[in-house]
Amino acid sequence: MIQMNGVRLVYEPSGAMALDDVDLEIHEGEFAFLVGPSGSGKTSIIKLLTGEVKAERGEISVNGFDLRRIKRRKLPHLRRTLGVIFQDFRLIEKMTVYDNVAFAMRVIGASTDAISKRVPYVLELVGLTGYEKRFPQELSGGEQQRVAIARALVNSPRMIIADEPTGNLDPVRSLEIMLLLGKINELGTTMLVVTHEKELVNAFSRRVIAIDNGNVVCDGMDGYYSYDI
Amino acid sequence: MTFNRIGYLIKSGIAGIFSHSLMSFATVTIVTACLIIMGSFSLLLVNIDSLIKGLEKENDEIVAFVNDSLTLEEAEALKDIISSIPNVSGAVFVNRETAMEAFQSDYDKGLFESLNAETFRHRYVIHLSDISIMGETQKQIEAVDGIAKVNAHLEYAKGFISARNIISAVSFILIGILIVVSFFIMSNTIKLATYTRREEIAIMKMVGASNAFIRCPFIVEGLVLGIFGGLLAWFAEWGIYSLATQRILGSAGAGLIKVVDFSTVSTPLLLAFLAVGIVVGIFGGSSAIRNYLKV
Ligand SMILES: Nc1ncnc2c1ncn2[C@@H]1O[C@H](COP(=O)(O)OP(=O)(O)O)[C@@H](O)[C@H]1O
Ligand SMILES: [Mg+2]
Repeated sequence: MIQMNGVRLVYEPSGAMALDDVDLEIHEGEFAFLVGPSGSGKTSIIKLLTGEVKAERGEISVNGFDLRRIKRRKLPHLRRTLGVIFQDFRLIEKMTVYDNVAFAMRVIGASTDAISKRVPYVLELVGLTGYEKRFPQELSGGEQQRVAIARALVNSPRMIIADEPTGNLDPVRSLEIMLLLGKINELGTTMLVVTHEKELVNAFSRRVIAIDNGNVVCDGMDGYYSYDI
Repeated sequence: MTFNRIGYLIKSGIAGIFSHSLMSFATVTIVTACLIIMGSFSLLLVNIDSLIKGLEKENDEIVAFVNDSLTLEEAEALKDIISSIPNVSGAVFVNRETAMEAFQSDYDKGLFESLNAETFRHRYVIHLSDISIMGETQKQIEAVDGIAKVNAHLEYAKGFISARNIISAVSFILIGILIVVSFFIMSNTIKLATYTRREEIAIMKMVGASNAFIRCPFIVEGLVLGIFGGLLAWFAEWGIYSLATQRILGSAGAGLIKVVDFSTVSTPLLLAFLAVGIVVGIFGGSSAIRNYLKV
């Protein structure tokens, strides 16, 4: 669950205003696209949601955490309720597929027992059973992104936030990844997907939030990337 | 689990250890080098200090001459009074005949053949516990009834005291500088190690690992490297010191110079090395990781 009211974000020291007076609400279980041209502030919204940057003004609440007042040592608790996926996958090259996914559980202190049960399950969910022993360099882009999705899912987050997850993939792989994210959403995880690929968005009948110049300019349930860039 | 997977695990494990062991080797080498410099310098100072203390022992003598009007018995009776003065560690009575013989034996026998014992005074040869207050003790002895005159080499005492003060000040400053230097080098070396693992750290933070969880391995790493560096430096110092002292003792001036035996300083040296290694390791490790934990 995300609630943003009158949020302004200014990057110091340049003083560049990335977001100005953003209002946004995403409900539990929803699937929403966040679209907009390059530099419009999409990544900035994600950084605000994960607590990487702080808003200068406004109210932000994510999964029950008040991000304007959250203490630094509470940030890990917020982040355990979120799964984040990036355009460049961000896998650890020297770890196998299995270890890349298990790593996310190990570093929050999960038991070996829980890890050995959960990791095969999420790898199966993303269609990577049989790839456990491979290293990231031995996988295609689409497969690497599936590993990243498995890693985001493995700690059972309430919400997944994906920043241009198909930006490095060809159209067929992109569609596959979007379908996978849709399937995960149907299993109950709230999904916020940043993209600027018009066709992909229009292929789904989902909520589309468009931003430009640090402002929400359009928010519709018609599933159409109607805002003209 | 298949052999293939075990093979992969071993391969990636060794690859990890190897890439990391270079950084670890660099860190341990640097800590060891800093500790050896510190240790060698400290041992040099310990030896200089012990030499000065030896010289002090030979120069803590005060000679108090007894008034001529006192009889031998009266003169001998002063011993208790002199011994009761706080800084006096020993007082030996020397009668005028013994004094004359000692004098004559110091010089050419024939030269003072006709010397009369009456020209000499009864005296006390007094040793002190602390030569830095030699002047005050001299006054206290002079105040004793029946003592005519007290000879003390105050200028020697002053010289020794200031030499030792200068040496301890210099050594504190230099050891302090070396500790700070090795801390920075260690911190930067561990920082390099964290740099190669910055992606791992970023992912740990992204999935919600606590700062303590992220910091812990780096602190443990610093700690282990510090302890290892301390032990290594101690063994190296042992070898270096033994070689150096053998050289000195084997050289021409052997009879003149006494060196402190390694066994008397080995335990404090080991403890100091381990303490510096542990402190530098913990602080080096945690300061290296600090930048990553800000966001
Ligand atoms: N770290 C930063 N420091 C200063 N300005 C930034 C920083 N990150 C982004 N910006 C600026 O904020 C605006 C929004 O950027 P971003 O959120 O990355 O856009 P998008 O993800 O939609 O391409 C851009 O004008 C960008 O130049
Ligand atoms: Mg972006």
